[in-house]
Amino acid sequence: MNSSNRKIQEIIGNLRLIWKEPLLFVSILAIFYCLIVFVVFPIFQVFKTSLIIDKQLNFSNYSAIFSKRYYYQPFFNSMLLGIYTATLGTIIGFIFAYALTRTPMPFKNFFRVTATFPIISPPFVVALSAILLFGRAGSLNPFLTKIIGDYTIYGLGGLILVETIAYAPTAFLVLYGILQAIDPSLEEASMDLGASRVKVFSTITLPLSTPGIASAWLLVFIQSLADFGNPMVISGNYRVLSVQAFLQITGMYDLSRGSTLAILLFIPTIVAFFLQKYWVSRKSYVTVTGKPTGATIKQLEWYIKLPVYTCCIIFTGIVFLFYGTIVHGSFQTLWGVNPTLTLRHYVEMYQVGKDYLIDSIVLSAVATPIAGIIGIFISFLVIRKKFIGRGVMEFISMLTFAVPGTVVGIGYILAFNQKTVLLPFIMTGTAWIIIILLIFRNMPVGIRSGIAALQQIDPSIEEASTDLGADSNTTFRRITLPMIAPAFFSGLAYNFVKAMTAISAVIFVVSGKWNLITIAILGFVDNSRYAQAAAMCNLLIVIVLIALGVIQLIVNRIGKGVRTVDIIG
Amino acid sequence: MKQDYLVLKNLVKIFGSGKESVTAVDKVNLEVKEGELVTLLGPSGCGKTTALRMISGFELPTSGKIFIDGEEVTTTPPNQRPTTMVFQNYALFPHMTVYQNIAYGLKIHREKEKNIRERTETIMNLVGLKGLNNRSPSQLSGGQQQRVSLARSLIMEPKVLLLDEPLSNLDAKMRVSTRLEIRKLQQRIGITSIYVTHDQEEAMTLSDRVVIMRYGQIQQIGTPQEIYTHPVNHFVADFIGKANFLGGRVVNIISQNEIEVDIKGVKYKVYISKNTFSEGDRIFLIIRPESVELEPKKSDAITGIISQVIYLGSRMVYEIEVDKNLLSVEITNPQEHKIYSKGEEVAVILKEKSLHIIPYEEIKK
Repeated sequence: MNSSNRKIQEIIGNLRLIWKEPLLFVSILAIFYCLIVFVVFPIFQVFKTSLIIDKQLNFSNYSAIFSKRYYYQPFFNSMLLGIYTATLGTIIGFIFAYALTRTPMPFKNFFRVTATFPIISPPFVVALSAILLFGRAGSLNPFLTKIIGDYTIYGLGGLILVETIAYAPTAFLVLYGILQAIDPSLEEASMDLGASRVKVFSTITLPLSTPGIASAWLLVFIQSLADFGNPMVISGNYRVLSVQAFLQITGMYDLSRGSTLAILLFIPTIVAFFLQKYWVSRKSYVTVTGKPTGATIKQLEWYIKLPVYTCCIIFTGIVFLFYGTIVHGSFQTLWGVNPTLTLRHYVEMYQVGKDYLIDSIVLSAVATPIAGIIGIFISFLVIRKKFIGRGVMEFISMLTFAVPGTVVGIGYILAFNQKTVLLPFIMTGTAWIIIILLIFRNMPVGIRSGIAALQQIDPSIEEASTDLGADSNTTFRRITLPMIAPAFFSGLAYNFVKAMTAISAVIFVVSGKWNLITIAILGFVDNSRYAQAAAMCNLLIVIVLIALGVIQLIVNRIGKGVRTVDIIG
Repeated sequence: MKQDYLVLKNLVKIFGSGKESVTAVDKVNLEVKEGELVTLLGPSGCGKTTALRMISGFELPTSGKIFIDGEEVTTTPPNQRPTTMVFQNYALFPHMTVYQNIAYGLKIHREKEKNIRERTETIMNLVGLKGLNNRSPSQLSGGQQQRVSLARSLIMEPKVLLLDEPLSNLDAKMRVSTRLEIRKLQQRIGITSIYVTHDQEEAMTLSDRVVIMRYGQIQQIGTPQEIYTHPVNHFVADFIGKANFLGGRVVNIISQNEIEVDIKGVKYKVYISKNTFSEGDRIFLIIRPESVELEPKKSDAITGIISQVIYLGSRMVYEIEVDKNLLSVEITNPQEHKIYSKGEEVAVILKEKSLHIIPYEEIKK
């Protein structure tokens, strides 16, 4: 009886504190409103639509899941693809991470940059490159046919290849962090007691990395499930949920079936997300304190170094091959037919795609700072302020990160197609729906960076500001923000990249008036105009690199401050 | 007769190269007898930990040799050396229980289960960990963790046990009780041990012999008593305990073991084991605070003025100005002696048996 009384007192007390700062109070309410309207409501709409056939509540979509081929086939396919990709990607990521943290491999920085490069590139670049290399008119096609006979790049095999290249870097980043954070004296102690190098690995390194390995696996699994761009290009007859949901909604106008497919996609993703966030990451023995202790690298036997180095070199070579092909392909007159180099495609692309490019840049440029600011403000609220519903706010803000873009995109057109009590105007067809979608899709990155950065700042610094008379907003503006500025800008960089390369959600909300470069590229690929698509991809990559470079310069100028960016889910 | 069990010969370790190179260990020579506990003592950066890591195999010497029980082990990898180390942060495996941690080494060496169980139980009883088999390291106190680390190393019955500042993470009171336990255990088992610390009280309590190190070089090797009463240079004298330095000159060589020195006009006879001085040499006279007596000012003794009086209960500490020097004097049981006050002039009586001289050095502060 007493403890619940105390709880209520505490809540009232916290509310009173907030109430004394009206600006803060209003901000919290505004954020809750935005989160409910732009995150929860769309997902709710998807659920609702899957339960409605011909304007009546009907569970038959769900009862048909196991009987209808068009449901269980893509579900099974997506899951299988996810498992293959996650497993392969985690293995490669681990070997890379091990090579960079435990061996005396030369040119570590180079390998690290190469391993993480695919993260910033548009999602389907790898698929496009695969077609250029291994498609029917592919440059390596004759060579490969000689070795393995007839094959097709379209389908499960091609998808696994392409998605592994695209998502192994995520696994690498997680595992790199984990291996760096393992206290080197543990491995030394193990050796000291007589363990051979293999035993040290199997009894100490591997067990301590296991939660990290599980984390990496789940993250790659989620990314594979949610992948839209690559399957659109290269899945052939291998049907996956993301593409099928899209086709049902935009091709067949079957909202009900499309929504059901979206929910089928949603469930394993959200389960994997929960497993990763709330179970696996709790079991870690490794305290990531932000200070990597730099494992001592010792002499290694050749039979360990050789396979590890070979694997890294092969993977790096593949990355170069794929991205190099995109560059090369954009300059060829007609892929597979006429290899004379030409700038024609760039010219053509400029004429045709100029508008798309401008739209993309404008929309991304508007969405990114807003996402960054809201994100940092939310992380400030969540870490430094106490109020009822704080945990809920944190949870909802993270949700869009976990939910596949397809589901979010469908949700947005369902939710904002008509006026509702929540939002008294129609947003579909406007620029705003795209901007808001981009904002809330990428906000979690800003929030996570903000949270990580804030956790590294001693709260007593902000307390000193309050003690001297500043209110919350002033403290935030004058004290907190400058201190986390580098993390803020790094988060912005990542946000911009993600906005420019977005496709799986935005493809549902583009219109005649506002269109994006990623969708234009997809259109080119659909029409087999690969060289133009390649040219556009190159341009996109260049723009992204420039933006990253600019932001890095700004960060360097700012100088001291907290510099973490947590871009993993 | 106990052999030279652990031998370090001209050991050198240089980190980095060219202009940025750091000589962490500079021609270290040491012979340790079987069953001895030798402490490497010195300030941070003196090279003691690097030397220890070379003995354990985690650092490769730049030059020099290491022998254990007659065999050269200079380049032997750490998992094949007959040494085990107690790490400063204990390095307990977080994903294993106490039992599994301790049994780890034996398991790696493929000992029989029954054998492992017996030996683990025995060692756990020996160090005082009975009943904690299934705890995980995070559930143990600092002192318990330290004992697990010790047990894990001892169970391997190494030829040389290495301890890297094992008490630095414990609170002061625990440190005092634990170091005695470690010493008793070490003597009981009779295991040759190298101990690294920067705490001189620890070194004095535990060691058969102490090695004072500075800037990678050995300053002096000796028993705690030798080091305290007969330090060879200013650094050693100042590092161990508190020391007063009075400049003076040799005036007369009486014999191989006895010389006469002049300190501020007063002559003293000093006994030394072997004379290396000549008449007229400049020297420092080293006298510890507890070896000074004070009497009212008189003519044939050094005169000083009291500049500070500090009452510590069991003893009184006086700071006395003698010419330009500041002398520190400790009088135990102040009740039984005359108490002087600030500004008073006193005679400083140096007890002859406690006098020690070293060659004069320019001291860089």
